Amino acid sequence: MNQKERYLAAAMLTMAIVTAVVSAARASEDSKTDGAKSEVKIDNFSFAPGEIQVAKGTTIQWVNRDDIPHTVVSDDKTTFKSKPLDTDDKFSYTFSKEGTYTYFCSIHPKMTAKVVVK
Amino acid sequence: MKRGKDEILFDHNHDGVDRRGFLKCMAWAGTGVFCVMQGGVLKSYSFSRMAELDLSTMTGELSFAQISDSHMGFSKPANPDVAGTLKAAVDKINALRTPPEFLLHTGDISHLARAEEFDNVEQILRSAKAKDVFYVPGEHDVIGDDGKQYLERFGKNAKSGGWYSFDKKGVHFAGLVNVMNLKAGGLGSLGAEQLDWLEDDVKHLSASTPIVVFAHIPLWSVYPEWGWGTEDSAQALGYLKKFGSVTVLNGHIHQTMQKVEGNVSFHTAASTAFPQPQPGKADSPGPMKVPAEQLRGLLGITDVNFVQGKDALAIVDSSLG
Repeated sequence: MNQKERYLAAAMLTMAIVTAVVSAARASEDSKTDGAKSEVKIDNFSFAPGEIQVAKGTTIQWVNRDDIPHTVVSDDKTTFKSKPLDTDDKFSYTFSKEGTYTYFCSIHPKMTAKVVVK
Repeated sequence: MKRGKDEILFDHNHDGVDRRGFLKCMAWAGTGVFCVMQGGVLKSYSFSRMAELDLSTMTGELSFAQISDSHMGFSKPANPDVAGTLKAAVDKINALRTPPEFLLHTGDISHLARAEEFDNVEQILRSAKAKDVFYVPGEHDVIGDDGKQYLERFGKNAKSGGWYSFDKKGVHFAGLVNVMNLKAGGLGSLGAEQLDWLEDDVKHLSASTPIVVFAHIPLWSVYPEWGWGTEDSAQALGYLKKFGSVTVLNGHIHQTMQKVEGNVSFHTAASTAFPQPQPGKADSPGPMKVPAEQLRGLLGITDVNFVQGKDALAIVDSSLG
């Protein structure tokens, strides 16, 4: 192995190590998103944010900051459905599948919002 | 503000109150409105002009009172004592010159459909001289259990969905349910089964029978942007076209409003618990916080008198203040 070849081998090794480190970082990022949390606030007869994008596996917690009870119900009324949430009550749901989930407050159906899971 | 075709007549009591601005609204709501319907035309006067009225038109063969939106269980700053204001409403009803024969409660009896909330309302209403109370549910009364508990308590003589009708002294009453199975983005809803029942229920009645329809969410388009309307109410009203006198009594919007369309007079009652803003005059229809001394002026009861043979139904809103 001449000097040029040695340099090349070292460079390849370095690249391999860098790649490995980057992959490891990515892997740990993936495991970090698994179990991530997000919050949607309910106030003034609306969900905020009205549309939220989250990674697969994220748990969204809704918290009612309004002085009137509300509910969080998927449009199909089966995927997720909270109990009546009085002021400061919370409801959580973990989105394990990709897709767009539209939901509403079953007491005040003009209140609609969306979760996009990627 | 975008306005629908069913624009509300803001100056319906012809007293020069344009209801622009908060204080003017207070003055209007605090004074109450007296309405007389004759030959399908609703005349309304503010209480400040009561002296000009012939009070004999307020008595008749049938008298009943409407209360609404007692929201038992609510305890936020807009009214920390909803039991107290409901008791005040009962006192007001008991003091009416013509004692009502029965009460109508147009829903949101409870705040969270809890057993103790319903118990509390029933207990307070037992002190009313009128012993019969006819209920229809509000969305708060069917929250969480799809109305199971409401129907067990109040739906014994009703159809499975909670709607029913009865006759009192020649007046036909229909209590409708428009707070179940609401769809995302939608309004109040009666549903096909109830509409079929209503069509059948009124079919055999003569056109001269006075009709009173009561339900929680307005059966007219008050302000759809806030969900203040019922998606299939036009179909229900279609079945009532042949009748000379139709009165529609609703709650839900926590303020008095009325409108006349042909033979149909629409009316919403005040809440006994807390006021809500005028349509579009706030970011949301949430409880309106007013100074304590003004609260009872914005809450109220509705007294309805039917005079047989006169084709007249007199509707009187009075505040608790």
